Amino acid sequence: MTAAISVRNLRKVYPGTPDVVALADASIDIQDNEFFTLLGPSGCGKTTLLRMIAGFEHPTSGTLTMHGEDLSDLPPYKRPVNTVFQSYALFPHMTVAQNIGFGLEMLGKPKAEIKQTVDEMMELVKMTEMADRQTGQISGGQQQRVALARALAPRPRVLLLDEPLSALDFKLRKDMQLELKRLQMETGITFIFVTHDQEEALTMSDRIAVMSAGTIRQIGGPRDIYDHPAERFVADFIGDTNFVPAEVATHKGTDADVTLSSGKVVTARMPEGEQMQGKVTLAVRPEHANISTEAEGLLPGTLSEVVYFGTDTHYHVALDDGTGFVVRRQNRPDETSGFSTGDRIGVQFAPGVGQVLRD
Amino acid sequence: MAEHSPPANATEKRASRVRWLLLAPALLVLLFAASGPLLITLVYSVLTPGDYGGVIWQPSGDAWFNVILQRDIFDDTLSWSDAHLSIFWRSVKLSLMTTVGCIIFGFPTAYFIATRPKKQRDLWMLLIIIPFWTNILIRTFAVVELIRNEGTINTVLMWSGIIDAPIQMLFTEFSILVGMIYVYLPLMVLPLYASMERLDFSLVEAGYDLYATRMQVLKRIILPLVKPGVIAGSILVFVPSLGAYVTPRVMGGGNQLMIGNLIELQFGQGRNWPLGAALSITLLAIVMVALMAYVRTAGKEGPGHG
Repeated sequence: MTAAISVRNLRKVYPGTPDVVALADASIDIQDNEFFTLLGPSGCGKTTLLRMIAGFEHPTSGTLTMHGEDLSDLPPYKRPVNTVFQSYALFPHMTVAQNIGFGLEMLGKPKAEIKQTVDEMMELVKMTEMADRQTGQISGGQQQRVALARALAPRPRVLLLDEPLSALDFKLRKDMQLELKRLQMETGITFIFVTHDQEEALTMSDRIAVMSAGTIRQIGGPRDIYDHPAERFVADFIGDTNFVPAEVATHKGTDADVTLSSGKVVTARMPEGEQMQGKVTLAVRPEHANISTEAEGLLPGTLSEVVYFGTDTHYHVALDDGTGFVVRRQNRPDETSGFSTGDRIGVQFAPGVGQVLRD
Repeated sequence: MAEHSPPANATEKRASRVRWLLLAPALLVLLFAASGPLLITLVYSVLTPGDYGGVIWQPSGDAWFNVILQRDIFDDTLSWSDAHLSIFWRSVKLSLMTTVGCIIFGFPTAYFIATRPKKQRDLWMLLIIIPFWTNILIRTFAVVELIRNEGTINTVLMWSGIIDAPIQMLFTEFSILVGMIYVYLPLMVLPLYASMERLDFSLVEAGYDLYATRMQVLKRIILPLVKPGVIAGSILVFVPSLGAYVTPRVMGGGNQLMIGNLIELQFGQGRNWPLGAALSITLLAIVMVALMAYVRTAGKEGPGHG
């Protein structure tokens, strides 16, 4: 099976003094009908990668194919790919309907077909009443939907979305996340979504590529990435994480027994194909750990702070080895932890919860 | 409430007085330097010419009559004043060609500058503006030096054997056109650049992304969005072109007159101030009619423009 988009050793360097490496070396296969997210902080190369797929930037080296067809020499207007721009880039001198129909018009489709598709698209994004408005007369959320409809109207094989939700307020962003996911499932078009918002990535994506400093750090499903970050950057960038120093005692496949600073041994998960020995760092999510009595716990310490968040409570623990640890517990009406600030306690987590990180 | 309104009123009065004070210098200049002379011109145009220039205070419609008509000296028959009409026609034609020429040369130039990195743009704009600081006469003579029969272009062409005899370029309508395009080009580039600099280039990318070719992007996206710049530039070029005096004089050598030269002639050698005044007002009328027609049509065309 050939991938919808296949990126091989793609590299982009902007000449200058010194040269700016926007994308060091990226290889990804994106499947048909997939909601694929490029996630990373600004400057990590995710937008550069997206712009190369769109055809606005030319790779310095590497190959880019769509369904096995080489894209390198195709100008943007010949690629069956459409983009939803971060700034929406709606044409201010055209109405909503004219904007949505623009791509079809440029493809030379007959008038009747354009009208029909435009009507369908406006229906899809619930903008039918706004058809004859100028784009300056509609709200940000509506502009966003017009931009989506405009990019979807020519039925591209792949839709590229460049941080399309970043300009919206919180409530609208939540709604649009669900809306985008619905549109992707209804249209069956491959979505490649660029964002720096980890929550956005986790809620919408089928798979996520986490990027930093021009390279892809990890590719996987949202659960994979969150529960089993392969390296420190990924663990740190996505969600909150406790970093626990440990030493590998024995390991077999992805299971490794590690010794903690307290001398206790627990089973942790080793990234696939890794054979790490000696000192390592474990990642433990705050909600994957629990607090207990000092004797029962894996790591002893003092409870330094208890912060109530409504839905859950954060327990800040000053461990005896000098590091800090945060445990997050969901609140229930009939239950309290029974510990208060200053108590000696232990931090506990189940075998297989700790993830050994690649450095 | 009642106690508060008098001071509020006083403040308002003072603010309005300050506004008028700020306006006063400009109003004075307009009143005395623009409206005044215009009024004098209007009055002179209906008086009788004096024998040695100036006017005699005796009402006469001759000047207006002579703008477009002429009476035969011998048999008194009326006919169109061919000399004047051909000069009007040449002026309008050359001004239109200058405007179009400036758009053709100015548009790519402005686009080029607007797409440079921000730091480089100022340097490019400086290069456009520098000629502007030079006296128009000197700039015009520089072009003369290029295109005269013994000038650079003819010399190079003859030396390289492409032509045997020099091409007559100077003292033709062509030379006036070249001179005027050169002189007025910055006036087109500046407003075009101003509107292109504000152009959101992600719109151009969106155009390409939606399958528009380069020409389609230019026609459907860039042109409609920079139209205000094109209109402003056209007005800035067309108006002074129509009244141009120095360039047609130097480049046309006195036998390719434009309205400006004709008017100058009446106040000088022609010793017919009323006719000169009538011609001046005719020029003003042509400019106003042309501008109104242009703005009206340019404002309308293009779909979806509200």
